Amino acid sequence: MTPSGSKRSKPFGPLWPLSVVDYTLTNALGRGLAASRHGFLSHRSGLKPCDFEGVHFVTAIGRVDGIEQHRLPEPFKAYDGRNNRLAHLGLLQDGFIGRVNGLRESLGAQRIGVILGTSTSGILETERAYTMRDPTSGALPPHFHYRETQNTFATADFIRRILQLEGPALTVSTACSSSAKVFVTAARWLKAHLCDAVVVGGVDSLCLTTLFGFHSLDLLSEKPSKPCAIDRTGISIAEAAGFAIVTPFDPKVSPLCIMGAGESSDAHHMSSPHPEGVGAAMAITGCLKTANLAPEQVDFILLHGTATRTNDIAEDRAICQVLGEGLPAASIKGHIGHTLGAAGMMNALTACIALEGGFTPGTLHTEIIDPSIRSNVALTPNIHKPCRTILSNAFGFGGSNACLLLGLHRDA
Amino acid sequence: MRLDLGEVMHVFYWDSIVTPEIYIIGIGLKGPGLPNWPTAQATLIHGGFESLRETPPGVASLLPPTERRRATRVTRLALDVAQEAIGNHDPSSIAALFTSSGGEVGIVHEIFNTLAGPDRRLSPTAFHNSVHNAAAGYWSIASGSRMPSDSLCAYDDSFGSGLLEGLLRLQEPNDRILLVAYDVPAPYPISAHRSMTSAFAVSLLLSRDPKDQAMASINWSYRPDSARVLGLNDPGLEALRSTNPAARALPLLEVIANQVVQTLFVGVGMQGSLCLEVRPCY
Repeated sequence: MTPSGSKRSKPFGPLWPLSVVDYTLTNALGRGLAASRHGFLSHRSGLKPCDFEGVHFVTAIGRVDGIEQHRLPEPFKAYDGRNNRLAHLGLLQDGFIGRVNGLRESLGAQRIGVILGTSTSGILETERAYTMRDPTSGALPPHFHYRETQNTFATADFIRRILQLEGPALTVSTACSSSAKVFVTAARWLKAHLCDAVVVGGVDSLCLTTLFGFHSLDLLSEKPSKPCAIDRTGISIAEAAGFAIVTPFDPKVSPLCIMGAGESSDAHHMSSPHPEGVGAAMAITGCLKTANLAPEQVDFILLHGTATRTNDIAEDRAICQVLGEGLPAASIKGHIGHTLGAAGMMNALTACIALEGGFTPGTLHTEIIDPSIRSNVALTPNIHKPCRTILSNAFGFGGSNACLLLGLHRDA
Repeated sequence: MRLDLGEVMHVFYWDSIVTPEIYIIGIGLKGPGLPNWPTAQATLIHGGFESLRETPPGVASLLPPTERRRATRVTRLALDVAQEAIGNHDPSSIAALFTSSGGEVGIVHEIFNTLAGPDRRLSPTAFHNSVHNAAAGYWSIASGSRMPSDSLCAYDDSFGSGLLEGLLRLQEPNDRILLVAYDVPAPYPISAHRSMTSAFAVSLLLSRDPKDQAMASINWSYRPDSARVLGLNDPGLEALRSTNPAARALPLLEVIANQVVQTLFVGVGMQGSLCLEVRPCY
């Protein structure tokens, strides 16, 4: 209708699905996909008694081994800190950097974006710097680099630079839903042709702020957490890094896809979820709608499942409202702990592992399920019932909810 | 060769990505000596910016009293400009985007002080107030909106990255999007590593509906390379713009205030840029 070259509105199509062309994750179970896959299949926990420097109370944490020894490449000295080291360790697994390099060669550095989800970025470095203040001036030590460590954008910036990408970069920081939301932002970038591929990530590392913060809320468990258990005692704080490359949907490239997503706000309370799970139910509903799926087409749920009573009950209410009772579900917080800003990514990538591996994980440490929970919480891994679709939940402080539906393409 | 290819790609995307016109239908602002958008508008037209004046503290009158007492100075500032931009529109049907470089810098400073001291126990309220999405959470409580929100950061380009996200979200089912950009100076000693002249917060209510009463319309495109961003003539406003990431909105606001047709650039993600063709709506 309009001559080519003249201005016309370019309507945006649907956002979903997206292809997940590659992924990797590093957490308390170990580095790389194999460590997590093996951990879920063998029903093993990476949680250990807390030995994090400066913590005086008893709790279990999910720590990634080797961060202290890891060194960033020389040009990235200013970026040195626990969060960026963890991000780098994560990127080094499963040939992920090689895959990004290949894409950069074929698409061009400007056509690949970076979106990172994190809640605390590199604040451990500032916590430490505050203990080394100059006694007279109160100044922080000269090796402190605010922009490269503490700032919420620091790790997204680090990832873009180390991967030599020149597309748009952004940090999403919505507490424990951060790295689920990165997929939604990536979908918008791809749909608007801002780029042709996006490296999405979730990286959060241990620090005193979250350990003492959750302790102050009386939400930390002394023993490794037992999601959905009648005798649950709370959260095990943990660290993790996970990355995925997402592109516009192309079943020839990968059978794995993000089929849809739903987001909402609770409008209820800063640190506890709506008791009836109203916001979470809206997010799950939105997820089904965008994925164009009926409730009965959801095969399995990876719960946010933090092992606090308020979270577990509210989440179950939300699920049962939208999807009905008795749907099989599990929480991996007993395996890897609650990785906060990385939790959404850990659940999404665990869904990828489960879909591709033809199994579903169990809920570790839980023996007797809270009878008020109506979903069918799996206590052990199941290798006999492969899934086609998995719902992956992430809920955070401020009542921020994000759910993703991951699936295997039928023709694959 | 490589350069040529880049040039070709650049021209290709520049010409082909033509996006729907969007409208700015509400503005909220708080800055040094600037309690609201009408005052800022007059200053941007007639001059007389007094850079040494304080940014009026936020009130967050929309919050229930208990939550208002808990909310930080940063959050109250963000909520006030959001409320001003929303005006008479129903906030419960509008998705919100919050963007900030430093976020809750005051409360994290207090937490760092506590953690470096002899008694490391934290206040639970301080902890939940320290998250980057604190303002978004309080806004949801204040407005009763269960619409999705996001909380973003792109260092000095946090405003431009937030604006780009807002523009991208103006599609089904979002007819309107609320964008809130805010940053306040960090206390010492972090201020020695991140200096900022004053607190500043701005909110834009964006719409894709031509029937909405608008102040300005925008056609936009994204460029993967950084464009030369022009500063402001007033040295005080320029100091604010160059040190406070939320105040990177000022050149756009100046164009809107003066009702002129102008093309300008805003940095995005510390690498790319947004090209904005701004036109006044009479």
